[in-house]
Amino acid sequence: MASFKTFIEDVKRVPSEFMESLFRHGPPETDRTRSEAVFHNLFLHIHPVRVHRWSLKSTLTLGLGVMSTASFVILTATGILLMLYYKPSTILAYDSIKDIHFVVPTGRFMRNMHRWGAHLMVIAVLFHMARVFFTASYKSARRFNWVIGLMLFILTLMLSFTGYLLPWDQVAYWAITICANIAQSPRELTDALHITGFFDPGGLTKTILLGGNEVGEDALIRFNMLHCILLPLVISFFMGIHFWRIRKDGGLARPEDADDKLGPLPDGEKPDFTQAPQKTYGLMAFVRGSSPVVGKGPEHTVPAWPHLFYAELAVFMISFVIMLALSLLMDAPLKELANPLVPENPAKAPWYFLGLQELVSHSAFMGGIGVPVIALLGLFLIPYLDKEKTPEGIWFAGKGEKSVTVKSAVFGLTSVILIEMFTIRFGWLRDWMPGIPQLIAILVNPGSVLTLIYMLWSIRIFRQTGSMRLGAVAIFTCFLAGFLVLTVIAVQFRGPNWDFYWWPNLWPNH
Amino acid sequence: MSEMLTKPVKRRDFLGIVTIGTFAVAMAAALAGILRFFRPTVFSELSKKYKIGKPGGFPLGEVRVPPGRSVYVFHDESGFYAISSRCTHLGCIVKRGHDEFLCPCHGSRFKLNGDVISGAATRALDWYDVSMAPDGQLVVDEGKKVKKGTVFFA
Ligand code: HEM
Ligand code: FES
Repeated sequence: MASFKTFIEDVKRVPSEFMESLFRHGPPETDRTRSEAVFHNLFLHIHPVRVHRWSLKSTLTLGLGVMSTASFVILTATGILLMLYYKPSTILAYDSIKDIHFVVPTGRFMRNMHRWGAHLMVIAVLFHMARVFFTASYKSARRFNWVIGLMLFILTLMLSFTGYLLPWDQVAYWAITICANIAQSPRELTDALHITGFFDPGGLTKTILLGGNEVGEDALIRFNMLHCILLPLVISFFMGIHFWRIRKDGGLARPEDADDKLGPLPDGEKPDFTQAPQKTYGLMAFVRGSSPVVGKGPEHTVPAWPHLFYAELAVFMISFVIMLALSLLMDAPLKELANPLVPENPAKAPWYFLGLQELVSHSAFMGGIGVPVIALLGLFLIPYLDKEKTPEGIWFAGKGEKSVTVKSAVFGLTSVILIEMFTIRFGWLRDWMPGIPQLIAILVNPGSVLTLIYMLWSIRIFRQTGSMRLGAVAIFTCFLAGFLVLTVIAVQFRGPNWDFYWWPNLWPNH
Repeated sequence: MSEMLTKPVKRRDFLGIVTIGTFAVAMAAALAGILRFFRPTVFSELSKKYKIGKPGGFPLGEVRVPPGRSVYVFHDESGFYAISSRCTHLGCIVKRGHDEFLCPCHGSRFKLNGDVISGAATRALDWYDVSMAPDGQLVVDEGKKVKKGTVFFA
C-alpha cells in the first residue's frame, strides 16, 4: 500500500512527468531526439526530419512559400477576431466595420492587419509561383504539386475577392457588381448565337454566386460564408496536401550536383548518425531500394530542428513585421455606404484584379473569362508539356533561359504598351465600324489580340530553339509583363469613365 | 502510369470497378438532385413591377427616374416608355447626358433609344413594359422586357 509519503512524491513529480508524457523524448540535443521532436509531433511532422542544405539557401526560395503560409496564418487569426464584431447584413455591415475601425479597442489595427495581410499574401503567392517557375522546380515528381499550387493560387484570389464585398461600401458594392456580371458574361456569347433562351450558363453562375439577381442581402450572406468558412477550410486542406507532397517528392527541387556545388560541411556540423536506429523505413516497405546504412547518413542534410524551423520562424517574423509596419502607417480604406443607384466612379477592384478590369473594359467575356481561362490552362499544362531535363532548383539555369527571359520581357512589355496606347488613342473595332457583328466584337479585342501575340511569340521561341522549356519561359514571362503593365495602367492611369489620365489630380471634379 | 490507361482490365478488377462505379453513379444521382439547393428561388429584392403615378401628373417631355429604381421613364409625343439604366456591359448605372447615356465604369455610350454607340457594351439597353393599372396609374414592369420602340399611349 502506498504511504502518504509516496503520494507526496508523486504529486511533486507531476510537472516533470506531465512534460515527459507530452513530449515523449528528451530535449532536442542529439540528432536522434531532434528527429523525434519532428516526427512525434502532429504539427511538426508535416516537415521532413532532415533537410538538404540546398533547400535552406535563402536565395533559392526567397522564403516566399513560407511567407504565403505566414500571411494566411495571421489572416486567420485576425479574421476570427474581426468576426466577433462584423455583422453580415446589408443594414449593419457597414456600420459594424465603422465600429471596428473607430470604436473597438485595437479594432482599427486588427482591420489594417487583415487588409494589408491579404495584399501581402497575394503578392507572396504570385512571387512564389514565379520563383517555382524560374527555378524549374515543377518537373517530374513535382508536377502535381504545381497543380495543387495553382489551386492555392485560385483559392487565394477567391478569398480576397469574397472578402472585398464584406465592408459593404461603395467600392465593395460596385467592384462585386462588376465581377458578378463578368461571371454572367458568357451570356454575351450565347446572345450572339441566339441560344440564351434555353442555354444560359452565364446567368446561372451569376444567380448562384449572388443568391439573387443583384448584389444584396443574399450575396452578402453567401460571400460571408465563403470567406469565413468554406474557402479557409478548403485552402487549409490544399495547403496540407501541398506541404505533404513537398516531403514525398523528396524535398525541394535541387540540381543533381547540389552536393558538389555546396562543398563539404563546415567543421563541427558533421551529422551524427551513430545512434542505432530503432526502425528503418525499408523494413516497413515504405521506401524502394536499400535502406540507409547505420552509421552513415546523407551527409548534406541537416536536422530540420533547428535549421529549418529557425528559417521558417525568421520568414514568419519578417512577414509579421511587414504587416505590422503597413498597419501602423496606413489605414485600410473605407468609402461611403454602398449605394446601388450611383456607381462609384471609377469603381476599381483590388489592384491584383485591375489588370483583368482593364481587359474587361475592352470586352467583358474575353477579358473576364476567355483570357484568364487560357492563362490558367496554360499554367496547368506547363509541367505536362515541358518534360526536358534542365537543371532544377537554380534560377534561370537552363541553356539560354536568361536571354529568352530578357528578350520575352522586352517583347511582352513593348507589345502590351503598344496595344494599349493604340486603343487609348484610336479606339477599337466598334469605334470604326459601328455595325460590326457581335461575335467579332466580342472575340477580337485588345486582350485576345495580345494573348494571341504572346502565344505566337512563344511558338516562335520554341521553333527557334526546339526547347519546350524555353517556349514556356517565353510565354510565362510575357504574361507576367502583360499583367504588370495592365495593372499599372488600371491603377494609375484610369480615371472617371475609365478614361485615360496621366495623373489623378487631372480627373474632372464630378 | 500510362499502363494504367491502356492495359486490358482483369476479370477480378472488372468486378471491383463495377462495384465502385455503381456506388459512384448512385451517389452522383442522389447529389445531383441536391445541386438545385444552390440556385436561389426566393428573391429578397424589390418587386419588379411598380406604379409611378397617373399620366396626368407626368407632363410631355419629362424624363423620370422612379425613386430607388435604375430606370428612365420617358414621355414624348408617341407616349410613355421605360429604358433600363443598367449598363449592358457589366451592370453599372448609366447617366443621361443631353443626347446620350454614358456609363461611368468603362465609358460605354448609348443613344437615348438604348442603342450602343461605343465602348465595351455589346447589347442595347433594355426596354421595359409600361402599362396602366386599374386605378389609372402607370405601371413599369422590369420583369418584362419589350422590343425597342414599344410605347404605351395613354
Ligand atoms: C496559398 C498559396 C501557397 C502556399 C501557402 C505555398 C506554400 C509553399 C511552401 C511553404 C513551399 C516550400 C518551398 C518554398 O517556400 O518555396 C512550396 C513549394 C512549392 N510550391 Fe507552393 N505555395 C502556394 C502556392 C503555390 C502556387 C501558386 C504554385 C504554382 C502554381 C506552387 C507550386 C509549388 C511547387 C511546385 C513547390 C515545390 C518547389 C520545389 O520543389 O522547389 N505553390 N509552396
Ligand atoms: S459597366 Fe458600363 S461600361 Fe462597363
